[in-house]
Amino acid sequence: MSQHSTTYVPKSAFGRWFESRLPIAGLVHSSFVAFPVPRNLTYFWTFGAILVFMLVSQIVTGVFLAMYYTPNAAMAFQSVEHIMRDVNYGWLIRYLHANGASMFFIAVYIHIFRNFYYGSYKAPREVLYILGVIIFILMMATAFMGYVLPWGQMSFWGATVITNLFSAIPVVGETIVHYLWGGYSVGNPTLNRFFSLHYLLPFMIAGVVILHIWALHVPGQNNPTGIPIKSGKDAVPFTPYATIKDIFAVVVFMIFFAYWVFYIPNYLGHADNYIPANPAVTPAHIVPEWYFLPFYAILRAIPDKLGGVIAMFSAILIWVFMPWLDTSKVRSTAYRPLYKQFFWVFVAVCVLLGWLGSRPAEGWYVIASQICTVYYFAHFLIVLPVLGFVERPLPLPNSILESVMGVQKGGAGMPAGANAEPQSKG
Amino acid sequence: MAETTTHVAEPTRRDFLYIATGAAAAVGGATLVWPFIQSLAPDAATKAAGAPVEVDLTPIAEGQIVKIFWRGNLIFIRHRSAQEIKAAQDVNVASLRDPQADSERVKNGKDQWLVVYGNCTHLGCVPLGNAGEYNGWFCPCHGSVFDTSGRVRGGPAPINLPIPPYSFVSDTKLIIGQEATA
Ligand code: HEM
Ligand code: FES
Repeated sequence: MSQHSTTYVPKSAFGRWFESRLPIAGLVHSSFVAFPVPRNLTYFWTFGAILVFMLVSQIVTGVFLAMYYTPNAAMAFQSVEHIMRDVNYGWLIRYLHANGASMFFIAVYIHIFRNFYYGSYKAPREVLYILGVIIFILMMATAFMGYVLPWGQMSFWGATVITNLFSAIPVVGETIVHYLWGGYSVGNPTLNRFFSLHYLLPFMIAGVVILHIWALHVPGQNNPTGIPIKSGKDAVPFTPYATIKDIFAVVVFMIFFAYWVFYIPNYLGHADNYIPANPAVTPAHIVPEWYFLPFYAILRAIPDKLGGVIAMFSAILIWVFMPWLDTSKVRSTAYRPLYKQFFWVFVAVCVLLGWLGSRPAEGWYVIASQICTVYYFAHFLIVLPVLGFVERPLPLPNSILESVMGVQKGGAGMPAGANAEPQSKG
Repeated sequence: MAETTTHVAEPTRRDFLYIATGAAAAVGGATLVWPFIQSLAPDAATKAAGAPVEVDLTPIAEGQIVKIFWRGNLIFIRHRSAQEIKAAQDVNVASLRDPQADSERVKNGKDQWLVVYGNCTHLGCVPLGNAGEYNGWFCPCHGSVFDTSGRVRGGPAPINLPIPPYSFVSDTKLIIGQEATA
């Protein structure tokens, strides 16, 4: 948006009249039609579009659910059963919403690890990346509060355990928790306010998404080589190339989504959540939704209440510092032979933590969680800073074009040092 | 600010007005936030629901744990056996994470009645009775262990199960939510 001027020229007299008053068509044209997209993007770059689709899907299904749902502790569980049994297609809307949350997280995790692999968090995209971390935190808060709404056993005990995390704060912890609950335990006031916030937060996410896309359109997209667009030959226009590819990816993702909704709609849920909330009995084995499991494993790995809570929140907050912890000048892991191995170890550790989070906190599971937790933090605090100094990256291609088409014979090669980017120091 | 209004380096009357206006706006804004934050606190009805409750102890057999609610909180009333009382008393208090003698956790002469809050002091799950290494409680959520006095003996829970305010009206009747005045 900033570097390339709009090529948009309104065709009709009305178009010109309107554009001179609200230049929105020009904005759309420069952002989503003429916008230059690196020609070598893979399908990993379609997850942004998939995420936008999932956000819209959650909002639309959620607005309809809210028409039939009752946010009252005495009626919430019944009203969800009413949605499932009586409301026309209520089962479909609810299953789309409940599984949609999981699909949203599958997409966001792929999107995040894509960004870790290709170094998209590095200069000049730090703000863009941090906005992404904020979106992720808002998504977690939204999904957590949504899961409380059906007011089943998992809803109730999940809410109890997670809100109690704040009781670990010294001195004021207990007061904060009473303010979160609006009482002395999780109860009707808690459900009411969670419903209000569950409705609000997705629209805040939508706002941050707009900032995220805005920040993206300043430096433009990263790409598998990590080197920037240097000439028109490195890029293709957003429309039709990215538009059609994104739509295709969204449709494929919809098929995947539909498989869960129509064949295994309760696979990712917990049977205990079909038992109404009972404050006198905790289910024998409480686990959060799958997308929280790695963080839950970190919480339980630390045998101290406050320490566990700090470790869990740090595990996410440390992402914010990644652009500065990674000292390598090379963005894409494709050109970082050593880091590539550490990257996959890190992915394996995250998956393992997720699995450990689903196991009971006993015996060797605890020890394994502790080892993985130490490694998780070591990845950020030791591997990322040190590798930048000791690793010898592979030679980078001269241009995106060259990486796709091979070195052009007879063409003017890039002079040495042309890869240097003055704006991405540090 | 000073440069744009005047060339004297000394603060002017206008600077003072700017700062005073800004300060008034900040105080006003903060004051307006207060009622909204306060509205989140437990409301009057929730507090009023904390009226004391009476519990008849006669049907509670030795070894039994009864669950009741007061102020929305779960409370265990445990009728301890002689063996459980002895186990609770024969402990090196100094070795505990949250050191407290059993005698400080029951009413004088009522050793058989243990009254404690029923939510784990870790993250609030309901521990299972007559379970765990000390046969007191075991919390399935993250593995906290409590003894027959409700004191934490293992796992991530930082403190003992707290004691709610209560008193004996008679030998067989408890009132929870009210300490004896005498
Ligand atoms: C970021 C987007 C959103 C996410 C990740 C999300 C997530 C969730 C989750 C995990 C549940 C529990 C589903 C279940 O097990 O039954 C839920 C329930 C619910 N959500 Fe959302 N939600 C989102 C947006 C919205 C919006 C925008 C609304 C309202 C306008 C909404 C309204 C509801 C309602 C009424 C329920 C309770 C009914 C039910 O449990 O099926 N949601 N949400
Ligand atoms: S809630 Fe009991 S051990 Fe965590």
